[in-house]
Amino acid sequence: MSIETEKSAPVSFEPDEHGHFGPYGGIYVSETLIHAHEELKEAYFRWRDDDEFMARLDADLAHYVGRPSPIYFASRLTELAGGARIFLKREDLNHTGAHKINNTVGQALLADHMGKSRIIAETGAGQHGVASATVAARMGKSCVVYMGEVDIHRQAINVFRMKLLGAEVRPVTSGSQTLKDALNEAMRDWVTNVDDTFYIIGTVAGAHPYPVMVRDFNAVVGREARRQMVEQYDTLPDVLVACVGGGSNALGLFHPFIGDDDVRMVGVEAAGHGLHTGQHAASLCAGRPGVLHGCRTYLMDDDAGQIEHTHSVSAGLDYPGVGPEHAWLKDTGRAQYVGITDDEAMDAFHKLTRLEGILPALESSHAVAQGLKLAAEMRPDQTVLVNLSGRGDKDVQTVAELEGISL
Amino acid sequence: MSNRIDERFNALAGAGRTALIPFVTAGYPDPAWTPSIMHALARAGADVLELGVPFSDPAADGPVIQAASERAISRGVSTRLVLDMVREFRTQDQQTPVVLMGYLNPIERYGHAEFARDAEDAGVDGILMVDCPPEEMGHLRSHLDEHGIYPICLVAPTTTAQRMERIASQARGYIYYVSFKGITGANRLEETSLEEPVRELRSHTDLPLAVGFGIKGPESAAAVAGLADGVVIGSALIEQLSDSPSCDEACQRALRFLAPIREAMDNSRL
Repeated sequence: MSIETEKSAPVSFEPDEHGHFGPYGGIYVSETLIHAHEELKEAYFRWRDDDEFMARLDADLAHYVGRPSPIYFASRLTELAGGARIFLKREDLNHTGAHKINNTVGQALLADHMGKSRIIAETGAGQHGVASATVAARMGKSCVVYMGEVDIHRQAINVFRMKLLGAEVRPVTSGSQTLKDALNEAMRDWVTNVDDTFYIIGTVAGAHPYPVMVRDFNAVVGREARRQMVEQYDTLPDVLVACVGGGSNALGLFHPFIGDDDVRMVGVEAAGHGLHTGQHAASLCAGRPGVLHGCRTYLMDDDAGQIEHTHSVSAGLDYPGVGPEHAWLKDTGRAQYVGITDDEAMDAFHKLTRLEGILPALESSHAVAQGLKLAAEMRPDQTVLVNLSGRGDKDVQTVAELEGISL
Repeated sequence: MSNRIDERFNALAGAGRTALIPFVTAGYPDPAWTPSIMHALARAGADVLELGVPFSDPAADGPVIQAASERAISRGVSTRLVLDMVREFRTQDQQTPVVLMGYLNPIERYGHAEFARDAEDAGVDGILMVDCPPEEMGHLRSHLDEHGIYPICLVAPTTTAQRMERIASQARGYIYYVSFKGITGANRLEETSLEEPVRELRSHTDLPLAVGFGIKGPESAAAVAGLADGVVIGSALIEQLSDSPSCDEACQRALRFLAPIREAMDNSRL
C-alpha cells in the first residue's frame, strides 16, 4: 500500500476572505482594531508565500525549537489499554515545553517584518506567556503578558520564568480572573498601543486572521506526524486525539489530515467536575454558538448571553470559547468532540508518568485519557495518535496540592 | 418611518445647538433607579441617551464601565430588563431618543428578530454594538431595518478614508467618532487632533457626528462641541453616580454634573 506523504485539504475547510468557516469566525472587533486586523491579514498572507520568510521560519523551528519532535510508541500504555497501538507526538520536547512555541516563533518573525517593537500576549497556563516572552527576549522586543490573578497563583513557576525572560506579567483582576479576562485586557492594551504593538494570540481563536494564522503556524505538528507515521510505520493513524481549550494544538495536528477521510479526529475538552455539573470548560460539548473575542463560535453563556465562568483543573483549557474552525469541524462532522473530567485527566497523568516516564501537562493528560479509552475499544492492528502537547513540570505544584502534599 | 434621533438632530441643527449625549450603564448603580436617572439626564439637557447593556466581557471598555457592568450583571440586569427600563422611561418621555450600546452576544442569545421587535416595542431608537462592524451586521441589520431601529456606526482614528465611505453609506442617525486609540474613560483626548478626521468624515456623510471617549467635563465638552454635532460623556458621568446612597441622590448628581457641561457647550456655539 502506498500512501501519499502530502495531501492538501479540501477548500471547504479554508476560511473565506473575511475569515468565515461556514457560519463561524469573522471579524467581530471594535472599529479601532479593524485596521490592525487588516494590516495583519495583509502582512501574514504576503509573508506566508515568501520563500525567504518561510525558510527562516523553518530554520528557527529546526534549530531553536528543536523540530521535528519525535513520534513515540507508548508500548506500556498500549499494553494497559489492551487494544490499538498508542503513539505520542512529543510536542512536550519542544523548547519551552509545549506546542505553543511553534506559533510564537512564527508570529514574532511576522512582528519583526511588520516593524513592531513591542509584543503583548495573554496566557492561561502560562505556556503561551513563556513562549511569547521567549521569542521577545530573543528578538530584543519588549513584552507584556496579561494573566488572570487566579492563574498567576496556580502557575507560579511559569510566572517566574516569564519574569526571568524579561517580560512584564500584568495581573488581571476583572471578571473570573482567568484566560478570558486576560484576553480582554490584552485587547484593551492593543487598542491603546496599536501603532507599535504586535498582539501574539496563543490560540486559534480571535478575529481573522488569527484562527487561520495560528493554525498554520502549528500545522507543522500534523505535517511532521503524518510523514513520520508513513515513513516509520507505513500507516496513517486511525484516530488523532488532542486536547481542546482554544484548540491550537488540536488544529495543528488535525489540519494536515483533513483530506484523509479515513483518519478520525477527536478533540478532548475539559469536562471539569463533569458535564452535568455545569462546572467545566467544554464549549463544543455543552455550549452553543455566539460571539466572543472577535469571532462567532461555540461558547458557554447563560440565558442572558453573559459568558459563564468555567472550571478545569488545567488552566490552559479553562476557557469558555473555542476556535471557530473547531466549531465548523464539529458541525460538519469531520471531527468529534468529547469531554474528560479532572479526575480522569489526573488518572491519565499518573499512568503516563509511571508507565512511560513522561510527565505530561494537565492539558495534554486529557488527550491521554481519551486516547486510552479509544485504544481499549480498538483492534491491535489499529493506531491512535495522541498529541502530547506539553510537559507537566509546570503542573507539579498543582498536582501536589490536589493530593494534599506540601512541597 | 420617522425616528426620534433624526427629529432631535434636525431640531438641534435648526437651533444651532450641539447634542449632549450622556452614557450610563443600565442598572447601575441600582436596576430600579435607571428610568429616574434617564429622566434626570433629559432634564439636565441631554438630547440622546445612550444606555449601556451590560456584558460580562466588555473588551473595549475601561475600568469604570467594566465595574459598572459587573455590578449591574450581579444585580440581575439582562437585555430583557434593559428593555423594561426603556419601556418605563417611555411612559413619561416620548421625545428623547434612546440608543442601546453594548456587545453582540447578549443580542445573539435574545435572537435578532425577537430583539428588534421588542426593542421597537419598548421605544428604542438605535443600537450600537461595539464588537459588530457593519460587515458582520447583515442578518441583525435586516431585522433592525424592519423595525425602524437605527444601527449607529463607529469611526475611529485608525479608520481609513475608504472605509469611512463604506461605513457612512450604511450608517443611520448619527456617526460616533471615537476620539482616540484606546478604551473608554482613558485620559487621552486632544481636541486639536479631532479637526482633520472630523473634516474627512464630513466629506463622506451628511449625518450628524458625535464624538466620544475621554470627554470629562465642561472644558473638553465645549471644545468638542465646536467641532462636532454631538458630545458623548460616559465614564466621567458613571463615576459621579458610584456609591450614590439613593435614587434621588443619583439623579441630583447627574443633574449637577451635566448642567455646567450643557451650559459650556451652548456658550461655545454662541
